[in-house]
Amino acid sequence: MIERPFPPGEYPIVVVGSGPGALQVTYFLTRLGIDHAVISSDPLPGGMFRRWPFFQRLLSWTKPYAGGDRHSRSFERWDWNSLLAREPELRGMAVEFMDGSSDFPSRPEMEAQLQAFAERAGLRIRQGCTWTGTRREATADGDRFILETTDGEYRCRFAIIAVGVAEPYAPATPGIELAVHYADTREAASYAGKRLFIIGKQNSGFELATGLLQWAARITLASPSPAKTSIAARSLMGVRARYVQPFEDSALGGGVDILAASLKGITRAPDGTLRVELNRSDTSMPLTVVADEVIAATGFTCPLVDLPALGVATFGQSKLPAQTDYWESATVPGIYFAGTITQGWAGLKKHGISSYSGAVQGFRYNARILVRHIAEQHFGIVLDRPTIPLGDLRDHLLAETTSAPELWHQKAYLASVVTLDPERGVVDEGILPLTSFLDGGGPDAIAVTVEADGTNIFPVVYVRHEGRQEEHPLEPDPLHDYEGPTYRRALGAILDRVAAGASAA
Amino acid sequence: MSTREEIADAIASLSLFADLTRPQLLGVASRFEEAFFPKDARVLRQGLTGSGLYVILDGEADVVADGLKRATLGRGDFFGEASILLGEPPIADVVATRPLRCIVLGGPDVEPFLIAHPRVLFRMLQTQSRRLRAANERAGRPVA
Repeated sequence: MIERPFPPGEYPIVVVGSGPGALQVTYFLTRLGIDHAVISSDPLPGGMFRRWPFFQRLLSWTKPYAGGDRHSRSFERWDWNSLLAREPELRGMAVEFMDGSSDFPSRPEMEAQLQAFAERAGLRIRQGCTWTGTRREATADGDRFILETTDGEYRCRFAIIAVGVAEPYAPATPGIELAVHYADTREAASYAGKRLFIIGKQNSGFELATGLLQWAARITLASPSPAKTSIAARSLMGVRARYVQPFEDSALGGGVDILAASLKGITRAPDGTLRVELNRSDTSMPLTVVADEVIAATGFTCPLVDLPALGVATFGQSKLPAQTDYWESATVPGIYFAGTITQGWAGLKKHGISSYSGAVQGFRYNARILVRHIAEQHFGIVLDRPTIPLGDLRDHLLAETTSAPELWHQKAYLASVVTLDPERGVVDEGILPLTSFLDGGGPDAIAVTVEADGTNIFPVVYVRHEGRQEEHPLEPDPLHDYEGPTYRRALGAILDRVAAGASAA
Repeated sequence: MSTREEIADAIASLSLFADLTRPQLLGVASRFEEAFFPKDARVLRQGLTGSGLYVILDGEADVVADGLKRATLGRGDFFGEASILLGEPPIADVVATRPLRCIVLGGPDVEPFLIAHPRVLFRMLQTQSRRLRAANERAGRPVA
């Protein structure tokens, strides 16, 4: 008999979901001893990786032989797929499940490692329990959220929603019912000899195009704006290198057409074929494409059930909840988010480059920061903040910019922060959202980040001194090593103005 | 508000995009991203590099330089373009005074966007000229 923990009732926190975001949150809550329940409609942990990506190979890599000890913090920079843990044996687990054929794990490998993590970490989840509605009640002891589920009602002070961005979305274009969504794509061989039209030029569209190149007679992809690759964008904001073959085929006239055009409608012709009516984005001229099949690779939305009716503001095509920099609803305090939904707090998005909060390698850090924040703000837990000898400060900060995985995965989004406490000296505050450092005020402090501007990657030093803020971008290094004498000199000059003697060592 | 079509509908009535056709509006809606800022959130930060071009769809924000309020922005107003065009950090904060819904284009994408959409560039220049004239008049230096 499978244990079904967490029967309906009152808990301080209820976490909804059992994908990597929820697993990471419940791991840290458990390790900090914070009582909570976890419920999920799925029968097993794994979230979206129980089903997608369609062609069964992830977009995120893990390099087993990079970075030395896979149980170390520094290895996380080379491992986009494992969850975080204090225990060495629970770190870098993705490596253990990869068969060595690719640095991109297969979907079943990812699913297996997530389920193994849950089991080995002793995480308890009430699977098969579907969240169906939400109410809020005022009590003498503060507000309570009531989560209605298929198993009964859960009452809590705080809810952490980690249900992914998983509900298929298609635009309300006339004839869209003649298309199937990416989520309902059939087995590849069934597209043999078909003229295929794919709506959307994001990774999911190009994933299908790449996987169906050998089957389809012809492939057309269209969306209103031009497609950009991650190589050209020098960030994950474009179509990933794994899926560039359709670009080459298009450039060479090889049976793939990539159009910048908006969709007017889809109709079925008397001969059974589909006619996709478009308007070109550049000239506004009409264009018709005849296809046998149309697939809408138009993305997904957040399955937030009735949270918008409760006042949770959402935005964007994915209907992401608007959030604070600690991933709390911007409009309904007490509702927090974890996992890929945390991309709803975009941060500064400097130089137009997004955080990686939509992927495991980004949101696993958000989850750790979120739990620490909740622990301190709402549960009176005092977390350890070690001090750093002043003479070590410069080297500490440069080491962080060179190898801290949090800074490399969450560029210009997470920062390594120290405060200058008149009594304790230099205090290591750990990793925090950059915006919380910039907007939070407080004593003199220094934060370092790693940032990118579409051309270079470089460290940035932020100084808070006597209430004023300064930003000091440092020079890029071709090998991304910021620990040499040039950087020691540059950072030393900055630090000496706020922490006299920091460059003396 | 959310979908590309809804964004296209919302920006169709803004003077910045008044000359664009429906397919072009849909192109704008897919190139820009929607963003939401709660009341009191800082949207643009004085002295910080790497910002973007913002167009307000709904809500209100103050322009604050060195702690002093300089202007109030509302639906249809845009900001952030000056620092991108000059390659310098913004000289003022923009702070949401009510929940603020914007569309945003990252700094590196602004120049190619304006070159591809000269009518938007023209409308932006018109607005800039009005702002310059008003500033000069306030300073007692009227310009033609």
